[in-house]
This record gives sequence, C-alpha cells and structure tokens, in this order.
Amino acid sequence: MKYNIQMVGVGGQGVLLASMVIGETAMRKGMDVTMSEVHGMAQRGGSVTSTIRMGDNVISPLIPKGGADLLLAFEPIEAYRSLEYANKDTYIVANTHPIIPITVSMGADEYPDLEYIIEKMRSASSKVIPVNATEIAIEFGGAIATNSVLIGAVAAVKGFPLYVEELKESLLYRVPKKFRDMNERAFQGGYQAAMEIMDQF
Amino acid sequence: MDDIVAESGKLLLLGNEAIARGCMEAGVSIAATYPGTPSSEVGGVLERVAQKVGMYFEYSTNEKVAMEVAGAAAATGLRAFVFMKHVGLNVASDAFVTLGYTGVRGGMVVMTADDPTAHSSQNEQDNRFYSKLALVPMLEPSTPKEAKDMLKMGFKISEELGSPVLYRTTTRVNHARAIIELEKIPEIEQRGRFQKDPQRFVCIPAHARLDRIAQLERWERAMEMAENSPLNFVEGEGEIGVITCGVSYTYVKEWLKGVQILKLGFTNPSPEKKIANFMKDKRFVIVIEELEPFLEDEVLRIAKGHNIGVPVYGKRTGHLPRAFEFNPDIIASLSELVSVEERKLPLDVEKIALPRRPPMLCAGCPHRGTFYAAKRAVGKKEVVYSIDIGCYTLGVQPPLTMGDFLLCMGSSIGAAGGFSKATDQKVMAFIGDSTFFHAGVPGLINAVFNDHRFVLVILDNRTTAMTGHQPHPGTGRKHGEWTSEAIKIEPLVKGLGVGYVKTVDPYDLKGTQAAMKEALEYDGVAVIIAEKPCPLALKKERRLTKGQYKVDQEKCNKCYTCVEKLSCPALFRVGDDVVIEETMCIGCGVCAQVCPKKAIEEVDQ
Repeated sequence: MKYNIQMVGVGGQGVLLASMVIGETAMRKGMDVTMSEVHGMAQRGGSVTSTIRMGDNVISPLIPKGGADLLLAFEPIEAYRSLEYANKDTYIVANTHPIIPITVSMGADEYPDLEYIIEKMRSASSKVIPVNATEIAIEFGGAIATNSVLIGAVAAVKGFPLYVEELKESLLYRVPKKFRDMNERAFQGGYQAAMEIMDQF
Repeated sequence: MDDIVAESGKLLLLGNEAIARGCMEAGVSIAATYPGTPSSEVGGVLERVAQKVGMYFEYSTNEKVAMEVAGAAAATGLRAFVFMKHVGLNVASDAFVTLGYTGVRGGMVVMTADDPTAHSSQNEQDNRFYSKLALVPMLEPSTPKEAKDMLKMGFKISEELGSPVLYRTTTRVNHARAIIELEKIPEIEQRGRFQKDPQRFVCIPAHARLDRIAQLERWERAMEMAENSPLNFVEGEGEIGVITCGVSYTYVKEWLKGVQILKLGFTNPSPEKKIANFMKDKRFVIVIEELEPFLEDEVLRIAKGHNIGVPVYGKRTGHLPRAFEFNPDIIASLSELVSVEERKLPLDVEKIALPRRPPMLCAGCPHRGTFYAAKRAVGKKEVVYSIDIGCYTLGVQPPLTMGDFLLCMGSSIGAAGGFSKATDQKVMAFIGDSTFFHAGVPGLINAVFNDHRFVLVILDNRTTAMTGHQPHPGTGRKHGEWTSEAIKIEPLVKGLGVGYVKTVDPYDLKGTQAAMKEALEYDGVAVIIAEKPCPLALKKERRLTKGQYKVDQEKCNKCYTCVEKLSCPALFRVGDDVVIEETMCIGCGVCAQVCPKKAIEEVDQ
C-alpha cells in the first residue's frame, strides 16, 4: 500500500506543521514515510507545498501529476492551482477561507468568486470536501487553530490510512499545553464538518 | 526537546537535519557555514546542539572564510565540515581549489547544496563541475537516509585519501523528510595539533608544483576507491541499463520498470570499469541526472574508450531536459524507450484565471518603509536601483519595484560603483546587514577609494532574516560560554571615510525620506543605515510588542493609496472598504503615515 498526500497553502498558514503531524503519525504506526517541502522564498506569503507519502517502499519525495490520493488545501485558489495532482478518485479537502494575494489588493489580478471556484472544482471531481476551517476554528477559540480543523477533516476522509485518535494524539503532542483543549475541539469540529459532507457522497 | 541528540531511536527528519545528525555521528569537531537555502537548516540544528555534543560551530562572515576555518581545522587532524548553498561555493572556490592541492589531515567534507529549478537562488548552476575543477572526490546522496550515511562515508574517504571531499546535495534531498535511524554519537575530539609542513601547506609556486603531483597521485587512488565503493551498485535485471545518481534515482526506482540500474553515489572520479562492465551487454543505456549531462558525458567517454557501441540516451539526445529539477512526470517522458509504471490520469480541469501569489515582504517588515521612503525621496528623478540578496530582494515586486540590477551577494555596492562611473544616472544601492558583512564591505572600500558616487542604503534588520534568523558580525553572538560584541555599522562605515552617514528608523517615513533626499544631493558615497529589527525574529525571541491599527471607514475616502502603494499583506480590500487583518498586523504604523486622510489609527489594546 502507498498513500500520497499533496498539501498546499500560503506561507504562514502552518502547512509544514500540519504535514509533520501527519508524517509523524504514520511513522509511529510503523509505516515508511517520505516527504518534501518548499522552503526559502516561498515562506514569505507565497504559495507553499508539501508532499507526504506513506506506506510500503515509498522512495521518491515527489509524486506525479494525478498521483495524489488526497489533496489538502489550506486556501481555495491554491486548491484550484493544484488540481493537476488529483485524479478522479482523489479526495480534495479545501479550506474555503480566502487569503487575498497582494496582486489582488493592488488591483493587478482578480480573486474569483468563491462559489464559482467550488462549482468548477465540483464539475471536475465528485470528491470535493469544502470546509470553512477558519470559521470553525474561530468558533472554537481562534483562527490559529485552522490547522487543527483541517487535520480533523483529513481524519474523516474515506480510505485515509491513519486513525482519528492517532492523528489527534500526534497533533496535541505538538501543541503547547494551554492550547490543547482549543485545538482538540477544533480538530473535532473539522472531523464533523468533513463527515457531514462525506455523508452526501 | 532536542530529540536530535538522542542516543538511539527513529525520527522523521528533514534531509538537512539528517545531515546535521550525520555530523554528530561522524564526530565532526568543527563546522562552519554562511547560511544559504537549501542548506540553512543544517546550521539551525548545529547552532542548537553543537555545545551539547562538544562540537565547535560558527556562522562565518562568508563562505570563503568558512572554508578557511574548516580547512585549517582539518589540517590539524580534526574532522571538519563546511556547508553552503551552491553559489556559496563560488565565493569559497578560491580557498577550496587550493585545499584540493594541500589536501587535509583530518577528514574534511564540503557540502554544496545545489538548487535545481532555482527555487530560492539566482541561478541553478551544477556544482559537480567543481569536483572536476578542483580534483576533489565527490559523493551525491539521493535521500535523507543516504545523506546521513554518505556523510559518514565521506569523512572516511577524505581521511583515507588525505583530500577534502565534495558532498553534493540538491533541494529535494535537503528539503525531503524521511525516517532516520539514530546511530551512536562518538566522543568528539576537541583539540587537533598542526604539524608544520610548509612544503605542503604554504602554496608558493615551488610548493604548489609538488602539491599538484601529490594531488594527481591521490586522484589515481580515488579512482580505485570509486571502482570498489559500496556507494556505486547495480540493482535489478534487464537488458536496458539506467545509470543515475542523486534524487533522480528515487524517481527511476519507483516509476521505471524492467531496467537494470547502476546507482552511483561516488560520482567523481567516476567508476570507469564498473560503468564499462555495466554497459557491455546492454541493448541501450539511459543516463538520468538533473541539470548538466555530467555523468552522461563520462559515460560517453568511457564507452568510446572501451569500444562499447551501446547507444546512450539522455540529455545529449534530447530525451531528457537540461533545465530544472526532475520529477516523476519527467520519467513518464521516457515511455517511448522503456516501460513506465502506469499512473492515474490527472483530473480534467477547466482553466480559470487565478490570481498570482508571489512571495513578498511580511506585514510590518521594516524594509517596506525604507523602500517607500526611498521612492518618495527619488520622486520623478530617474535612479538606477542596484539591489542585493536577502528578503529585501522582494522589493523588486510591484508596487515597490525597487530593483534594476542584481548578480550575487554584495554585488549591489560594486555594481553601484560601476554604474556611477559608466553613466550620468543617479544610483542607489540596497544591501542587508548580513550581506553587508558577507561581501559588501570590500565594495564600499572600493567606492571610497575610487571616488564612486552613489547612495548606499543598508537595510539593517539586525539578523540574517531570509534564511531563518542566523546571527552575523553585526549582531554579535551569545553562544553558551562565549559571547561576542556586535560590530556597529555606522562607525565602521565612517572609519572607511564615507562623508555622509546617517542612521534612520524606517518606521518613521518622514525622517527616512528626509535623510534619503539629503543623501541623493551628496556628492560622493552617501550611506544611510535603516535600522529596525525583523519582527519575525522578535516574535521568535518573544520580544515583539505587538500593536494594532484599524481603518476608520468614515474617514476613509477609498483612494486605496495604502493597498496600491505600500502592499502590506495585512491590508486588503473587502468590497469597497480597506481592512486590516488583525492576526497579521503588528502595528508598525507605516500605513497610517501613508494614508492621505489619516483614516488609519492605532487601536488601544
């Protein structure tokens, strides 16, 4: 078994931290893991990507186009930008909270309508799971927990090889003590939200 | 919670962390670097743990100095590690090439972290040629696990030969993660002893000629070692042969079917007999490597020399690209020649216009104020902006667009001098504090000496920000038992004889702009030091006192000067309104100074 996750987002959102949580969970479970991250220039508010591969005999740090089993996007247009990594069986978990790029603030580019992006994604794939992770995080104590909501959502994805409790444990291990409750609730919130959408598939 | 110094166990480590662990397991006594992506995290780990394990680690002022520090240590019999990004080896090459002549006594490994695709670099040069240029043996790991193992092998090879070893990684090894088994960390040797041998170590012409002969003898022995090295091995069966190295091996191994692979880790000198034997009975051979046809040309040479008529496919035949890093999809492009693992088709996605998301200066970055003030001071005059390497390179992005010329670390100052002599245009150079100490000082000395005329702005954010906040001579160091005082830039610049020097606060736009205006009028080299700590560094050190600004929508006349001219990522439009994102704003107040209607106000907290 091999399972490939492509993660995308914006610098500062905690994409790399979330990929460490998932990677470490797989390692504790005894799976082989290989990952690859984008560092450097891209940290400064640009697009950030991370590839996680787990299972037997995973060697290469990258995956081919169409090679992801799961696409986890922290930002809606970054999700759209990375759809080439998905195939018709790929689950696509996408945060619907936009982060407006500077090109848009300046008036050089336009940020497409959110409904429109989701509709376009849905016309390409029947496995899109839009989650307003930022809103859910705020509800449970702060935007900072967006990360935890999305990890919770991933735990709900059909065929995802790691168990909910295992993921939660790894997440909370990495979170400072005083924020554990908040992050646990956020994780649970993400899990619930994704489950509800999955039920409609 | 420094698991990385644990006695045993397994960790999910970044390639660079595995390399740092490899240094500990190899018993490295001395390590030195100048930070550069994709090598930076090695220093991040060593900085944290060096004292704990008894290693000396330093951030040197530039790569050449780091090479000299490590070279001297290796001459005393200690194990020394020096690491840098690929372009760093250009800076260090002067010391490196001659170290290839003198050789070393203790093991010395030189890491060059190459950056195919130039993810965070000014070029994607293939540094494997340095191993040919300097006749220094080279190893190339494919994965984080191999990176650790091969580093240890590198020290053994170096000691057996008495030569430095070039250890060449690429971004996808440095920034890949894998499960790493921790092995024993030996007691680290603290003191070496330098046995004088001027004939070897003092490279006057008469001695260099002897060293040259000794070097060629070492090279002969290195060739034998490469033939027998376990780092070069054959895998699988098949009448089609693939010769590969580095991260390309991982793509071949997972996605090419029915081929026999010759995997090379000891890539220079290349194992000539092994390659010839491998090729002999093949239908054809494909050489799969990133960037230049380095191995491919070796393979062609060896085939010719051994009268082997087997066709060789790769970059020279146009089957593989010469630009940018490889990925599994590039392997698929070989499907005409050989069978490739079947893959699922990517989604059929309708193309829609998506906004670009370039990297940019962070919210509250003091460089934004510096550039804004400079732009205002310049006004409509035509000025050539000579910039440099660091976060502030992003000033080239709109709307600031403060960058016309950039070559390498420190080039802003030298080039500004060149422009001032070559043209009648006004010139402004921008350089960061760390870069100034790295390679800027000689350019400034040159400018004073040769009567150049330009404004130099030193963007002093009190750290090496781009690579993750490493210290530099201008910050001083506190490292366990030893500390060093910060070298102050203003008296240094004055000491060089610069006539106009002024330190300003870039959060104070008026003051900064006034100083820039004066400097532009000055007839000679004028230096402005824009000093304000990097907010991200302060945040890491828990020293950031955060403020908060908001837009008074009543007062705001929707002129959008703030978003269009300043480009702070915390400021953006929602409908017609401009809002400030609470989680991003640190309260620098620059936007409030820019607003013509004074509609941006500080919020009491």
